[in-house]
Amino acid sequence: MNHAPTRDEMTHEEAADDRTMFGFWVYLMTDLLMFAVLFAVFAVLLNSTDGGPGATDLLSPQIALINTVLLLTSSFTVGLGLQAVTWFGLTFLLGAAFLGVELYEFYELIHHGHTMQSSAFLSAFFVLLSTHGLHIAAGLLWLGIILIYVLKRGLTRSNVRKLALLSLFWHFLDIVWIFIFTVVYLMPFTGV
Amino acid sequence: MKEFWLGKLDWSALPHEWFTIAGSVGITLMLLSLAAFITYKKSWTWLWKDWLTTVDPKKIGIMYFIVGGLMLARGGLDAIMLWAHQALAGSGEGYLTAQHYQEIFTAHGNIMVFFVAMALIFGFVNYIVPLQIGARDLASPFMNTLGFWLYVAGVIMINMFFFFGGEYAATGWLAVAPLSGTEFSPGVGMDYWIWSLQISGIGTTLGGINFIMTILKMRAPGMSLMKMPPFTWGSLCSMMMVVSVFPLLTMTIILLFFDRYFGTHFFTTSGGGNPMMYTNLIWMWGHPEVYIIMLPSFGIFTEVVSTFSRKPVAFYKSNVIAMIGVSTISLCVWLHHFFTMGADANVNSAFGVATMLIAIPTSALVISWIATMYKGRISFKTPMLWLLGFVVIFGVGGITGVLLAIPPVDFQLHNSLFLIAHFHSNAVGGVLFGIFAGLSYWAPKMLGFRLNERIGRYAVWSWIVGFFVAFTPLYVLGLMGATRRLDTYDASTGWQPFFVMSFIGGLIIALGVVLQVVQIIASIMQRKQLADTTGDPWNARTLEWSMPSPPQEYNFTAIPEVTTRDVFWKMKEDNAQPLPYEDIHMPKRTATGIYISAFAFLAGFGFVWEIVWLVVVSIVGIIVVFVMKGFDEHAEYTISASKVSQMEATRAKKIEEAKQYARDDHEDMGLIEFMRTAPGWLFGLVRNKS
Ligand code: HEM
Ligand SMILES: [Cu+2]
Repeated sequence: MNHAPTRDEMTHEEAADDRTMFGFWVYLMTDLLMFAVLFAVFAVLLNSTDGGPGATDLLSPQIALINTVLLLTSSFTVGLGLQAVTWFGLTFLLGAAFLGVELYEFYELIHHGHTMQSSAFLSAFFVLLSTHGLHIAAGLLWLGIILIYVLKRGLTRSNVRKLALLSLFWHFLDIVWIFIFTVVYLMPFTGV
Repeated sequence: MKEFWLGKLDWSALPHEWFTIAGSVGITLMLLSLAAFITYKKSWTWLWKDWLTTVDPKKIGIMYFIVGGLMLARGGLDAIMLWAHQALAGSGEGYLTAQHYQEIFTAHGNIMVFFVAMALIFGFVNYIVPLQIGARDLASPFMNTLGFWLYVAGVIMINMFFFFGGEYAATGWLAVAPLSGTEFSPGVGMDYWIWSLQISGIGTTLGGINFIMTILKMRAPGMSLMKMPPFTWGSLCSMMMVVSVFPLLTMTIILLFFDRYFGTHFFTTSGGGNPMMYTNLIWMWGHPEVYIIMLPSFGIFTEVVSTFSRKPVAFYKSNVIAMIGVSTISLCVWLHHFFTMGADANVNSAFGVATMLIAIPTSALVISWIATMYKGRISFKTPMLWLLGFVVIFGVGGITGVLLAIPPVDFQLHNSLFLIAHFHSNAVGGVLFGIFAGLSYWAPKMLGFRLNERIGRYAVWSWIVGFFVAFTPLYVLGLMGATRRLDTYDASTGWQPFFVMSFIGGLIIALGVVLQVVQIIASIMQRKQLADTTGDPWNARTLEWSMPSPPQEYNFTAIPEVTTRDVFWKMKEDNAQPLPYEDIHMPKRTATGIYISAFAFLAGFGFVWEIVWLVVVSIVGIIVVFVMKGFDEHAEYTISASKVSQMEATRAKKIEEAKQYARDDHEDMGLIEFMRTAPGWLFGLVRNKS
């Protein structure tokens, strides 16, 4: 058979996997819409700094660039991981490093008194960034748990499916991050 | 220390006003007597195993109906309280405080939209869609139970204020900012609003994803999209809209939550916040939401019209395209809810025109229904009567909607009682009548016996007459300048007679509700005579009628091959022979959805009262349960072909026995006979089975 099996030709399990994959895509779309709200909110509130410092005063594209590189590389390792599972270990480390850098950035801001209570702009910034960060953290937790089960049970059908879903999730977060990098860290500096 | 364990909770939170005492005592008594009854009948295991932990969408559908029905009574009681207050307020003060009045209309709106309309619609989608598309279960049975139990958690949350806190939000059902911020709504009532909507809303999104998967991936072989029954199409459109807009609601509520709990400035008046942004976001969800509840009802009416006219749906394709059109356009019209709030003339015109455009596909639907009836052999059973009421009332609602879509007109009528009458025409005459039509249409399938026609007719007419008596005065009042959400007005306005008339209409509707309850009880009393022994009492056209009623847990002994739109009609014409039995895979029951929802409820409760440990524990609990569920690899079991044949044989024997009592030529029980026989029957019910 050299065409993809149609629904009537699939086995019971294949059909179930096919549905799960599709459902996960739909879920990702709903998640994307939540981010869309946050992006819109950020755009609306970008200049609502309440007299305080704004994006160009506070944010550093350099740090965000480091994070971009970390996250893109981690997405690459996810691709490799689907070939050889050990690569997922590296994904985990890169994801954790990303979170570390992000937390450092937050710490610096808060340390200098720029909290999410300071202005509408900072509210939007912190909530957008930490929603993404929380997704990354959830992805890490999920990845960690799957890896434990892979160690215990091996690459069973259901574990492989879970890894495939996770990789979708991870690429999705990557794309959202590209948007964050562009909208939050680049556009304010170009004056758009 | 007390702070730590109990957060903001203290003695003053316990019920001490008349309505919280009445509510909490009433609910407690109801639950206690229910528990006592179950214990008396020794039915706890049965309840847990056969119902609460079931993954069978048919049973979950019925549970949606039960909870949604109870909530309908609760929301209806709210409505009567509001009506009575307004009727009295013209000469004196009424009997409610302003604060209490506001809480009631807020709760009324939330309950009717989230916990009644959505629930009843999900009930139908659960029960009917798999049967119509030739599926045995859903794409993700677990997600479905989870969605249902999250809904239940939301229901409990919205009623929680009777027990703790004594106040609900007083902001109107959409909690506009900045009114919903801490500055103007410091109390826990607002937090109950947040968490009951948030939790049930997430359940709705899960349901949406699940039914999209199911409809798009699990149709019987041969059923192309353009061969799908109209109700399935309406549901698909509705679920597509659910996944397109419920995430917006979720995120908007999260932002409001941040404003309230962490002092951020999204929608506040200080710190650069933008309250107008809330209005936009909430209506971007809110307008599509009214169509989310409308579309399945459209589908129901299309089924009803076609069955009771003995004709295939006329203009099926335009009908489907119209539903898709309605759902698409309705994503682009939200601004018509705030023409008056400062957008410039061009923006207002654009959204006004977009709104009016919806009338085109909607009219296409009406034309399709009328054309289906044209030259049909119409039989006026109750579902058909609901349809007639619907066409008229919904017509009025649509026309007044188009009026409101003209910005200069809306400047006069915005937030007046005219608006209230508009959307009740649609929500009652449209959504609710559709649901009632569906209930009487599918009752034989779901219960195994049809509902009493005679009392059903009385109920329909009470609703229709009551509706006009109740809402025509509101149109008039709106034109006279009466605004919505009014708890006092001056006698010199001369409005009181209209309010009184409206209240009387409300009482007639209440009579309709009572008649519906009587109808159900009378049908149960006569269930042997009303039994549906054919599986197809209306001589219908779609697959859900192709098996005996009620369907076995696996729905179909063999999945049918679909060759044409009204497959079942064709099967009857061709006298199709049943297919051979086969092994059937079914999902196992699971309690995971209950556990997760319980934790979600506790987390919400913890947030409301700021009990940090409870929140943390609950969230950890949710994660742990999810992980355990995710790695459980034995979620299915198999029913062998021989077992199936055995089950079918037993079923056939039962039906043979039932045939000797069933008779369709008898007149159904009337009200007088009901009053004569019901007490004895009730007495026997308690006596016999002990
Ligand atoms: C042809 C179809 C319709 C049109 C043109 C239309 C138009 C409108 C307009 C312009 C408003 C805003 C009025 C104002 O606030 O001043 C409105 C409000 C409303 N409509 Fe409709 N509508 C239509 C159908 C429906 C349907 C089918 C439903 C419900 C099932 C519905 C439910 C509502 C509700 C709930 C509100 C008011 C919400 C609130 O302010 O609290 N409408 N409609
Ligand atoms: Cu609208």
